[in-house]
Amino acid sequence: MNREYLIEAKNIKKYFPIKAGLLSRVVGHVKAVDDVSFGIRPGETFGLVGESGCGKSTLGRVVLNLQRATSGEVLFDGTNIHQVNRQENLKLRRDMQIIFQDPFGSLNPRFLVSDIIGEPLRVHLRASAKEIDERVVELMSLVGLDPTRRNRYPHEFSGGQRQRIGIARSIALSPRFIVADEAVSALDVSVQSQVLNLMMKLQKEMGLTYLFIAHGLNVVRHISDRVGVMYLGKMVEIARTDDLFAQPLHPYTAALLSAIPKPTPHRRQERIVLQGDVPSPANPPSGCRFHPRCPMAQERCSKEIPELIEVGQDRQVACHFPLA
Amino acid sequence: MERNILEIKNLTTCFFTDDGTVKATDRVSINVGKGQTVCLVGESGSGKSVTSLAVMRLIDYAGGFIQSGNVMFHGQDLAAKELDEMMHIRGNKIAMIFQDPMSALNPVFTVGDQIAESLMLHQNMSQQDAFKKAIEMLRMVGIPAPEVRVKQYPHEMSGGMCQRVVIAMALACNPEMLIADEPTTALDVTVQAQILDLLRRLQKELGMSILLITHDMGVAAEMADRIAVMYAGTIVEEGTVERIFDEPRHPYTIGLLQSIPGFEGERGSELYTIQGTIPSITQLPTGCRFHPRCPHSIDKCRKEEPILREVVTGQQVACWLNEDVSNHFRRNQRTNSVAGSKAEVNRQ
Amino acid sequence: MSQVQLQDDTVVETNRPGGQLPTNPVGQKPPGLWTTAGKKFMRNPYAVGGLIVLLFFIGIAVFADWVAPHDPAKIDFMITNLPPGTEGYVLGTDELGRDILSRLIHSSRVSMLVGFSVAFAAVVIGTLIGAISGYFGGWIDTCFMRLVDVMNSIPSLFFNILVLALFGAEFIYMILILSLTSWTSVARLVRGQFLQLREMQYVEAARAIGVSHWGIITRHLIRNAMAPIIVYATLMVGSAILSESGLSYLGLGIQPPETSWGLMLSKAQEFMLVDPLQALYPGLCILLVVLAVNFVGDGIRDAFDPRKKKKNPKRRLNKWNATSSK
Repeated sequence: MNREYLIEAKNIKKYFPIKAGLLSRVVGHVKAVDDVSFGIRPGETFGLVGESGCGKSTLGRVVLNLQRATSGEVLFDGTNIHQVNRQENLKLRRDMQIIFQDPFGSLNPRFLVSDIIGEPLRVHLRASAKEIDERVVELMSLVGLDPTRRNRYPHEFSGGQRQRIGIARSIALSPRFIVADEAVSALDVSVQSQVLNLMMKLQKEMGLTYLFIAHGLNVVRHISDRVGVMYLGKMVEIARTDDLFAQPLHPYTAALLSAIPKPTPHRRQERIVLQGDVPSPANPPSGCRFHPRCPMAQERCSKEIPELIEVGQDRQVACHFPLA
Repeated sequence: MERNILEIKNLTTCFFTDDGTVKATDRVSINVGKGQTVCLVGESGSGKSVTSLAVMRLIDYAGGFIQSGNVMFHGQDLAAKELDEMMHIRGNKIAMIFQDPMSALNPVFTVGDQIAESLMLHQNMSQQDAFKKAIEMLRMVGIPAPEVRVKQYPHEMSGGMCQRVVIAMALACNPEMLIADEPTTALDVTVQAQILDLLRRLQKELGMSILLITHDMGVAAEMADRIAVMYAGTIVEEGTVERIFDEPRHPYTIGLLQSIPGFEGERGSELYTIQGTIPSITQLPTGCRFHPRCPHSIDKCRKEEPILREVVTGQQVACWLNEDVSNHFRRNQRTNSVAGSKAEVNRQ
Repeated sequence: MSQVQLQDDTVVETNRPGGQLPTNPVGQKPPGLWTTAGKKFMRNPYAVGGLIVLLFFIGIAVFADWVAPHDPAKIDFMITNLPPGTEGYVLGTDELGRDILSRLIHSSRVSMLVGFSVAFAAVVIGTLIGAISGYFGGWIDTCFMRLVDVMNSIPSLFFNILVLALFGAEFIYMILILSLTSWTSVARLVRGQFLQLREMQYVEAARAIGVSHWGIITRHLIRNAMAPIIVYATLMVGSAILSESGLSYLGLGIQPPETSWGLMLSKAQEFMLVDPLQALYPGLCILLVVLAVNFVGDGIRDAFDPRKKKKNPKRRLNKWNATSSK
């Protein structure tokens, strides 16, 4: 396998300051992403899972340079994307795109669909209105939308169709890397499978690389080659999908896997139910961040922060006492 | 046969829209037995939430009305009741919990006040007794240190905690029937598992019936005794949880089950999809509402609307077809479950 | 029976009439946003009515010299206070024997010029500052908003009088000073809108595409903040016309023999008991112009609002029937 990464994140930290008082004094930091490193190989789908507030969406935005990291660097094809000038940044925007979760909020309600899909073309290419229109028609057919409806507003489309509009916009400039931020989470099951199929089809045809952020583990399992699991701003486990699902090494991954309700009524009882809630990332627990909820926590866990270490081929885990 | 607590018979509800009155549900019938959990499963726009609103008669406040049909609760027809009579039933005999726990709680009152309110209203408790009961309720729903929590405001709690408070509020008056409209959709999976466990435990302890509305087949499989599948305002299939999952007979149910990316299916393979999109209730197809998306539709489907009829004991289907579809699916299912049990073995 | 197009070109018969919109065939560029909005505007009878009235007034203002039957400033003590309907003087004459109709026609120039230019300038300045302030936030926002606070804390009438007294009562100064004192409320409004809008996900989507900040503000966001801005602008036209009359009354605005509706209105006060009609004419003109502007404004707003549909007047009736029959 090619070890070369298309995109690589090194020791990414993203802290949001908490301000208080009259003079907006910084009283603390929300450590949304705390020292996370990972890489995605070309043509691969990297799934990123975790519960809300674990920092997976923030990480996705840092990787795209939509938010600046507090420290750490992101390399895309060897260039550090946080240290580029305007011109280079504009060029990077053509190579890296994002698909959003909310099919309603991510499309400007006052734009015609043709304007929404044509926007990236208008910004990046010197094309006439007619050429843009032709390309919009092409893109709409590609994602399975009826091009004769391109002069409508987004609210006249259903949720799944709007998600297709979002996808058409993101592939308009033939990018190489796409962050799909919960791209199918808001959709109904039957529509969700349509959009997943479309994304897989586009990946095959255009050679796309995906960072697939989701909280639905079954979806991630289906589409990803490798999966990273995040908890409270930390990457706790990275593994090949099959390995991860066959044998999770981190207790959190194991709990997450067993918490998903499966459509099989006969196996109801086999579950690890975690106690308590996800702590606030403004005030994370000491040591291993998962230790207060971990069923097998020991004294060391509350004192020492576990490093993400290589434990097998293509497999990393951050736990003092990994399962297995 | 056990007595049914709630019997919904041919419930048809309508909404006022700019295009005139529109039927949101059409002849929906559901029975909920004592101590049972019935799941109403369907995609957005299928009319599952409207049905629950109609049972509570909250639909009258949402711009709609019950056109015909009955909602029998203990031999009384709720559909024919005056709205002020419903006040004594709502929250007292039938309670409801909603999807978003944060917006279901009033941010300017402490959670104790909010739980105590319904007790003082429905059971004429004194304020002190109501507060004591509120603490008891919070303990029952598994909130640690309820004496402290009872004086806190909703924003001081996490989403999961808030949903527990909402459940405590709903159960304070010891209702016989709980209607839960997507109670875990807004929550994370690990918290969802907690809440589902809690609902199951409370149901056992209190012996209440639950009408659970969800879009997640996984949640339905975990919770339900019976499942009713809704599509475009009608129930297309109804039956015990085993029958629905093992031998679904309606093409829609089959499609829905197959399109869930599984844990056993081949990774990266093309997922099964139901073609097309859910029709808007203002533009329903003629005949069977599912026929434009149905892979097996025949001429009859286009013309006549099928009605729900019992095909096997404990399973009703509204479809003009067909033994063939379900047979076909059963074969698939068997191969799948063989593969599944193999994977299971591998895991150990 | 009507037919509805589902996805994948399958045509399905439905049992309900569906609103079928025209489709845009492939290979032919569909009309853009402005064309579509223009057509929608022309279908709105109130808006078209307002536009006609407005064009009529503007036409009169532009061609005042040719339209007016007399010289508005010509004083003739032989024909003071003629009643309306007198031969040659349709609306009669005032206390100095000037033809009221001619004065009304010439007044429209000043009044409408003040009304529109003040509203326009205030909206442009206010929108720009509000948009920048709301979009960027931080210290830019703080600076601009403190400026707005300072502007608001000075009584505007006093400020107007002071400036006009210092620099001289010129027409152009009056427009400038009125604009400068009225943009603050627009800025606050637009800032509030932008604070909300900048959090929308489509803004992030635009950023991910590589649209510049300026492009996001002008192309993506102003369109969404349009509705309240238009409402505000239409109201401002009326208030600017009246502010001008206030200043003119104090002798700081229009200087006689020039005249404006506001000035005529305030002059008519003196003759309120003798000849109340003198106050009615300019009042009516102001009312008509402001109403017309309102209708046109609403028309523009609705034309750009994608969700605006024709209202069903029977809706309430249906609802009443259904509930009462139960």
